[in-house]
Amino acid sequence: MNGGYAGPVADALRLLPGYLGSHVLVSVTALALGLLVSLPLAILSAHRPALRGVLLAAASLVQTVPGLALLALFYPLLLGVAALTARYIDLKFSALGFLPSVLALALYSMLPVLRNTVTGLVGVDPAVKQAALGVGMTPRQSLVMVELPLALPVIMAGIRTSAVWVIGTATLSTPIGQASLGNYIFTGLQTQNWVFVLFGCAAAAALALAVDQLLALMENGVRTRARARTALGALGLVLIVAGALAPTLARPHARYVVGAKTFTEQYVLAALIEQRLAAAGFSATRREGLGSNVIFDALKAGDIDVYVDYSGTIWANQMHRDDVRPREEVLADVKAWLAGNGGVAMLGALGFENAYALAMTRARAQALGIRSIADLAAHAATLTIAGDYEFFARPEWAAIRRAYGLNFARERQMQPEFMYPAVAAGEVDVISAYTSDGRIAQHDLIVLADPKHAILPYDAILLVAPQRAGDRALIDALMPLVGAIDVSLMREANLRATGAGASPAQVARWMWEEVEKKK
Amino acid sequence: MTAAIAFDNVSKTYEDGRVRALDGVSLDVAEREFVAVVGPSGSGKTTLLQLVNRLAEPTSGTVAVEGADVRAADPIALRRRIGYVFQGIGLFPHMTVAENIAVTPRLLGWDARRRAARVEELIDLVRLSREQAARYPHQLSGGERQRVGVARALAAKPRIVVMDEPFGALDPINRDAIGRDYRHLHDELGLSTVMITHDMLEAVLLADRIAVMQAGRVIAQGTPHELMTGAHGGYVDELMTTPRRQAERLSALMDRGARA
Repeated sequence: MNGGYAGPVADALRLLPGYLGSHVLVSVTALALGLLVSLPLAILSAHRPALRGVLLAAASLVQTVPGLALLALFYPLLLGVAALTARYIDLKFSALGFLPSVLALALYSMLPVLRNTVTGLVGVDPAVKQAALGVGMTPRQSLVMVELPLALPVIMAGIRTSAVWVIGTATLSTPIGQASLGNYIFTGLQTQNWVFVLFGCAAAAALALAVDQLLALMENGVRTRARARTALGALGLVLIVAGALAPTLARPHARYVVGAKTFTEQYVLAALIEQRLAAAGFSATRREGLGSNVIFDALKAGDIDVYVDYSGTIWANQMHRDDVRPREEVLADVKAWLAGNGGVAMLGALGFENAYALAMTRARAQALGIRSIADLAAHAATLTIAGDYEFFARPEWAAIRRAYGLNFARERQMQPEFMYPAVAAGEVDVISAYTSDGRIAQHDLIVLADPKHAILPYDAILLVAPQRAGDRALIDALMPLVGAIDVSLMREANLRATGAGASPAQVARWMWEEVEKKK
Repeated sequence: MTAAIAFDNVSKTYEDGRVRALDGVSLDVAEREFVAVVGPSGSGKTTLLQLVNRLAEPTSGTVAVEGADVRAADPIALRRRIGYVFQGIGLFPHMTVAENIAVTPRLLGWDARRRAARVEELIDLVRLSREQAARYPHQLSGGERQRVGVARALAAKPRIVVMDEPFGALDPINRDAIGRDYRHLHDELGLSTVMITHDMLEAVLLADRIAVMQAGRVIAQGTPHELMTGAHGGYVDELMTTPRRQAERLSALMDRGARA
């Protein structure tokens, strides 16, 4: 690893053309669409108080929906629409990424434009409007020649506000599969790479400021009739858009799309898959930071081609099973169910689990002679367990307690970041952990065995989209990953990818070297 | 000879008849005549003027322009052939002096060269300087703005001009100068003019005929001489007292100066 901060910054810069291009594309399209809808609506309603009230109330209502929720809502909505159009009018479109982002952001952009345009038009001096009619203008001529020019500064202020909002909120389109500057932020937050987070924020802010100032320059130019200033502002905007889009458009279309959920392990595995595809001579891109609910539907719809999910997740969330079965049985059932329900192909398990588990320090476990949860039951009454905020409410915990008759002296809830140091320092005796978490190795913890199979197995499984299920070249490129990653390798990889030390791509390369060594 | 403008028993009510702005007004403005309409605020003067180019419609009665009922005319075309000087002038603040003046010719589809020639002509006519053509209204003095307002009204060569307190906001010297300049244009161009004012002295000095309005009615009309000399009852006499007394005092002062 190269250490220091040169690595992550260089990494961030390398990703900038792609992220910035996508960010500009989605923002500009959304803003244009928003203007196209809200300007005519505002003009139409400026002198119709009833319509104006309804429109402004509706736009304000949209504004109260948090940006993230609004964006997330558009995905299932479009997915439904896409299913309908595919069935009835044979029109297929991707409900992931660009389209839902543009629609949600356009909706989000409407309020400032609507409100300012209406305010600007209503605020035009009645004496001037009367004069416009009196000199013989038609209502349309009055609007175009007098009212709109006079309202322009207020309208432009609204457009500038919209532009800043849209550019800022576009960072939230990452979880619904639209690459944006938000990819830095989401990746950075998950891998605790603060350089990435800051880089993403700074880039989005710089873009918003630049666009705002150029729009201000144009507005000033139009108002004072300084053509040079108008042209300069317009030129600046065109340059930003063209400059940001050029690399995106010039890049050849990737053949495969690799998906990743929102945590470190997923970023590393997606990078690994991309590298294996590249090694086999295929171009691939990554759609990272996809919500857990979004990613499976995206695969089924063919918006992404391949990603890593977990057997227990499919078992519980897709198959709606609440019983617990042994690892191999769950894998076989999941594979059969996937094939029979939409045709997603499961290539196989990677070889490790990312399940809930109970963990203790090696020293403490050895001192008490504990190797499994069954051994723990005898000591539990004198021990303290810590879990994350979710753990004690999850079915796993109920199942463990039922199966082994566990009764701890104390149950404590804490942030995962504090849980590991707490058990290492002896403040608590047992913690709930993720089995592939790098911090298990870091703090020299052991994961207690579950002989009664009370905990649902979460095998990492490689899933391929239905329309790629017969793609031999893709499957041949990915099969070497099946069974190749054991839990200690994944833990070490997760540890290496946390913080600013190494990018997921670097860690993925290291992982493949390790896999090769073992052959 | 047909009247330039003929109001025949015109009434105008607002808010379902609860507010009566005009109440059976009949008034003729002959061709080439300059008529001043005088009265207190709220007496219906502005409404009367708005009926001429259909910025307002009468509730009953008819308004005819050059012999034709305005209800038969297209309001847009009507407005483009009647010059209108608005109360408070109403220049377009985002347009230059030249663009303000040329606005009606532009609406009528005149080409750029013809418009430019007309703007120069009018700037000379209303005695502005040509450098002011490229200025914006806020860069002008009050008097200059009034002159632009007059030029704009005259731009499309109307035969009829209506003016709503055109010189109201000016200092006495400017007011007198612009008033006399306009009267000169009225005669030279053969216009028919209706001017609203609340200043009886201005009306007496500029108009051929004066109509006095009160509470939506024309309570007296006649030449300045007729109104100054005849007895017309309460409000009219009261209105005439001030200019009459001013004139008497002025002539007394002049006499004394001559004798000294």
